[in-house]
Amino acid sequence: MTKEKKSISAETLYKIFVYVVLITLAVVIIVPVAWVFLASIKQNSEFYGNPWALPAGFYWQNFVDAWNAANMGSYMLNSVIVTALSLGLLLVVALPAAYCLARFRFPGRGFLNTCFMAGLFINVNYIVVPIFLMLRDGDVVLKKMLGSGFLMNNLVVLAVVYASTALPFTIYLLSGYFSTLPHDFEEAAYIDGATYSQAMIRIIFPMAQPSILTIILFNFLSFWNEYIISMTLMSSATGQKTLPVGLLNLMQAQQSSAEYGILYAGLVLVMLPTLILYMCVQKKLTQGMTVGGLKG
Amino acid sequence: MRPSKSRGRFLALCLAPAVILYFLFMILPTLNVFRMSFFTRGAYSPKETFVGTENFQALFKDAKFITSMQNTILLIVTVTIITFFFAIVFAAILTREKLRGQNFFRIIFYIPNILSVVVIAGIFSAIYKPENGMLNSILSLLSGRTVMILWKDQPMVIVSIIIAMVWQAIGYYMVMYMASMAAVPATLYESSGLDGAGRLTQFFQLTLPLIWTNIRTTLTFFIISTINMAFLFVKAMVAKGMADVGLSFMYAQKDAGLYGYSMAAGVVIFLFSFLLSALVNWVTRREVLEM
Repeated sequence: MTKEKKSISAETLYKIFVYVVLITLAVVIIVPVAWVFLASIKQNSEFYGNPWALPAGFYWQNFVDAWNAANMGSYMLNSVIVTALSLGLLLVVALPAAYCLARFRFPGRGFLNTCFMAGLFINVNYIVVPIFLMLRDGDVVLKKMLGSGFLMNNLVVLAVVYASTALPFTIYLLSGYFSTLPHDFEEAAYIDGATYSQAMIRIIFPMAQPSILTIILFNFLSFWNEYIISMTLMSSATGQKTLPVGLLNLMQAQQSSAEYGILYAGLVLVMLPTLILYMCVQKKLTQGMTVGGLKG
Repeated sequence: MRPSKSRGRFLALCLAPAVILYFLFMILPTLNVFRMSFFTRGAYSPKETFVGTENFQALFKDAKFITSMQNTILLIVTVTIITFFFAIVFAAILTREKLRGQNFFRIIFYIPNILSVVVIAGIFSAIYKPENGMLNSILSLLSGRTVMILWKDQPMVIVSIIIAMVWQAIGYYMVMYMASMAAVPATLYESSGLDGAGRLTQFFQLTLPLIWTNIRTTLTFFIISTINMAFLFVKAMVAKGMADVGLSFMYAQKDAGLYGYSMAAGVVIFLFSFLLSALVNWVTRREVLEM
């Protein structure tokens, strides 16, 4: 009897220990994020006191200043444009290609599949310099021919580069799904007189909706958060910038001018869209992460 | 059968855009990395001169490059060990125990992974602020005296990067291992429990061997990704030149207009990451256990 009691209490102790560890980890993750949210409504004078003090009131002026004076509003618009454009382009380009690679036999198919697979191992951090030089040289040529170049500091070109770098992963994921479908679907459609493209767009793509959603999710996060390519290709000091790059500039400028409120408001503006999206689809994201294991 | 001409046209139309974009912005730049490492290039004119292996020879004599590679290796080793140790242990605890709020913890732990590195750098700059940052104020509270550690200066800067990188990665890998550990049948634990195996024995004899393939794959990818993530963190969080890692050295050479030299560094880091992952793959090979 006593022995059983003892083992129960050891079990309880272990459970308490597990909870303490988990809660500690959760606190370590959530507190810094929450702190930034609270700091974003603090007045500048509050930043010189105790960092743990709660904000004295809602100082919305930080957000107004970040949005207008620090240009976060126009950076946000740029980021929305680039992300939407690159997602659209990616889907339009990758869906048909993945479909053909997965479901048609033609000469060169194996070679193309291997090529796109190899792309999974190419990281953008290595190739950003050659891309930059290629576009800058292109601009020089264009300037000679037309009088002005448009390849650098161009949101559309940035979106094209984003979509291209996401192709290997997207095609890999989509063709994995397409190859699991039985061929009867298209054959039935062909018998009814559908063309290749009709069968693809009307029959197969609607079935791929879950995979398409996964792709949009993962690529939205990576496009929205990306800053190395954006920083390199949008390098003009006066030109347009995406939100992370604008924030980075703000962070570097803030080290001297010490306007912390605006900085934290800017941080909130960058992470809020991703957090809201995450809260809406967190189940999908944590489930789909086994397919996203190739991150980096 | 349908005419093969329309089939060919359909295939070409579907594949051409993807192939063109992929070739132009992925394959061509990759080939260029290797080609340009044997050339020097004027900072403003696209004129290139072949110099053979001169870039590489200079690179291996460059003390800054050596230091940056040492930093890279230090980060890979420490971040990998800390992240994997905690991710696997926490995942084992979370999957095996019947806990309340599992889903809540899962949601929280995944959050750092959806934030931009720029945002994480901003958050950690607030944590590391010397005069009244969160970390120094906690340390002051614990030690009872005023702590004024300059976290973003030498020599603490590497530690700061390690903390931030572990913070970012740990939840992602934890959720990943929870998924693979959940696939281990509960009956195995029950029968081994009847045979008298305790939690630790079960962890080492059952859980680890059964998910070993998964650990091995993720480890290889983690090492490659650490090389890239270290660059993103250093670029966003640390003052220029304070603590370079391999890729930030490469980027700094690009900023200085030394494109050939920069690409030689890129080639060396790429080959390094390739060899390292091959090595890890070789060291961690085990007989695969079936569930």
